[in-house]
Amino acid sequence: MTQAYLPPGLPTPVPERNGLSAPYWQGLRDGVLKVQRNPRTGVFQWPPQWIAHDDQGFELDWVEVAPRGVIYSWTRVWHPVHPALQGACPYIVVVAELPQAGNVRMLGNLLGDPRQDVPIGAEVEAVFEHHEDAQPPYTLAQWRRV
Amino acid sequence: MADRSLRGRVAVVGVGETRYFRHGQATDPEFLLCLKAILAACADAGIDPVDIDGFASYSNDRNDPPTLATALGCKELRFSNMQWGGGGGGGAGAMANAAAAVATGLADCVVVYRALAQGQFGRFGQGPQSRTVSGDLALTVPYGQMSPAQWYAPKVTRFMHEHGIGQEALRAIALASYHHAQSNPRAVMYGRPLTEAGYDESRWITEPFHLYDCCQENDGAAALILVPAERARDFRQTPAYVLGAAIGAGYRVHSTPAGFATPDLASSHFQTLAPRLYEMAGVAPADVDVVQCYENFTGGVLMALVEHGFFAADEAMDFLTLDNLTAPSGRLPLNTSGGNLAECYMHGLELQIEATRQLRGQSTAQVPGAEVSLAVAGPMVTPVSTIILGSEATL
Repeated sequence: MTQAYLPPGLPTPVPERNGLSAPYWQGLRDGVLKVQRNPRTGVFQWPPQWIAHDDQGFELDWVEVAPRGVIYSWTRVWHPVHPALQGACPYIVVVAELPQAGNVRMLGNLLGDPRQDVPIGAEVEAVFEHHEDAQPPYTLAQWRRV
Repeated sequence: MADRSLRGRVAVVGVGETRYFRHGQATDPEFLLCLKAILAACADAGIDPVDIDGFASYSNDRNDPPTLATALGCKELRFSNMQWGGGGGGGAGAMANAAAAVATGLADCVVVYRALAQGQFGRFGQGPQSRTVSGDLALTVPYGQMSPAQWYAPKVTRFMHEHGIGQEALRAIALASYHHAQSNPRAVMYGRPLTEAGYDESRWITEPFHLYDCCQENDGAAALILVPAERARDFRQTPAYVLGAAIGAGYRVHSTPAGFATPDLASSHFQTLAPRLYEMAGVAPADVDVVQCYENFTGGVLMALVEHGFFAADEAMDFLTLDNLTAPSGRLPLNTSGGNLAECYMHGLELQIEATRQLRGQSTAQVPGAEVSLAVAGPMVTPVSTIILGSEATL
C-alpha cells in the first residue's frame, strides 16, 4: 500500500448507482488507467458520458491508456475547505493532459514537495494510490514528474 | 419576420436591495429578504407590487415565483422563470430572460431577483461533507479539489501562463473594487480600504488567488424591475434601456466540477457571446462607458474583459492598472459600486443594479455622462451571460 498524499477523512469516491464510471474505478484498482473511446471514430473522451460527443452513438469502449501526461495547469491550495484537510495545506492539484489518449485531461495531486515549482508542460506519470482501509476500498490516479 | 433583437424594447425602471450583511449575519429569513428587495425596487420605480406579473431568477434561487406572487398579492402571474445552470453566470441571463418575456408580450412587469442567506442555508465555499462522492465530483474531491476557487484556479493559471500575465493584473482588479467601495455606504467593505501591500501580504487561498482575489460570501437580496420601453417614462426614475444581451458558452464547456476537461480551459467563455452581444446592442467595446464584471475571482474578470474586447490578452499588464479601472476618469471604470469583492456578493445582481445606477447618474462612483453600461455575469461558470444597458440617448 502506498502512502496517501492527502490525509484520511475525505469523501470516498464510488461509482454512480448506474455504473457509468465503474470501469474507470475498477481499472484503477487493477493498476491501469482507462478512459472512454468511440469505437467508430477512435475519439477519446473524458469524463465518462453515456454518449459519444462526436457522433452521438451510445456504444463507447473503455480502453487502457498510457499512464503518461503533461502538466496543462495547476493550483497550490493553501486554504482548507474540508475538516480532513486542516493541517494538510499546501497541496498541489494538477490538470494532466494525456497526449497518448487524445489529449483528454485528468485531475490529480502532484506527488512530492508541496512547495515545488510546477512547470506547465512538464511530463508526469500516473501513480496508483490504493486506499485499502476505505469503505469500500478505492484507488486514485496521482501524478509525479518524470 | 419580426425584429429578433431586444434592443430598445425593454427598460429597467426600478432597482432595490436590502441592507447587505456579512454571511450568516442577516437577521431576516431569506424569503423575507427577497420580499424586502422586491418592495424596495417597486418603491424606487413607483410601481404597486401587485402589478408585478413576472419573476425571473437564477442559480436555483430558493424563493419561487408562485410563492412570491401569492405573498405579494400580485393580481396575476404570467412569467415564472429560472435561468438553468451557471450559478452567478446567470445574472445577466435572468435579466435577458425577463427582457425577452416583456419584449414578446408574455408579461408586462417582470422582477429579476436574487436572495441569499448563507447563514440560514450554508456557504458556497465549503467542500462536501458527505461520506461518499460519485460522478464528476469523484474525479476532483478526493484530490482536495472541491471549492469554486480551487476549480477555477487552473483556468486562470493557464491563461496567465499563455499570455505572460503577472499577479499585478489580478491585484489591480481587486484594488478597483475596494477603491470604489470606499465611496459606497451600502458596501460591506465601506471604510475598509485595501492597499497594494495589503493585497500582496494577504494569504493565499489557492494559487493564483490571494484572499482579496476571492469574492465575499454575504446575506441579502436584490431586485430590478423591467417593463416595456413604451411605458418606461411612466415611472419615477430615468430608464435604463436593454440594448443587448447574450447567454451561453462555446464548444463543450463542462459544468463544474468537470471544468478541468473543457477543451478551451484558459477561458471565461465569452468568446462566442461577445460578438452576438455587441451586434444586438449596436455598440462596440469602445462605446462602453462603464463595466461591472462579476468577480467570483479576479482571474475571471481578467479573462472576461479580454473576451469582451476591451484589450488584448497580451496588453493586460499595461491595461490593468488602478488608474485605468477607476471612476470618474479611468479608461474603463470597473465595478464602481465595489462589486462582489467589496460591495456585496449578492451573486452579481448588485452589478446589474449598479449598471443601471450609472445610467441614472446615481452611482457613488459616477462616470460622468455614462450612456452605455455593460454588466458581465459569472465568468467561467457556464452558461455565462452579459447585458448592455443604454440611456435614452443611445436608442
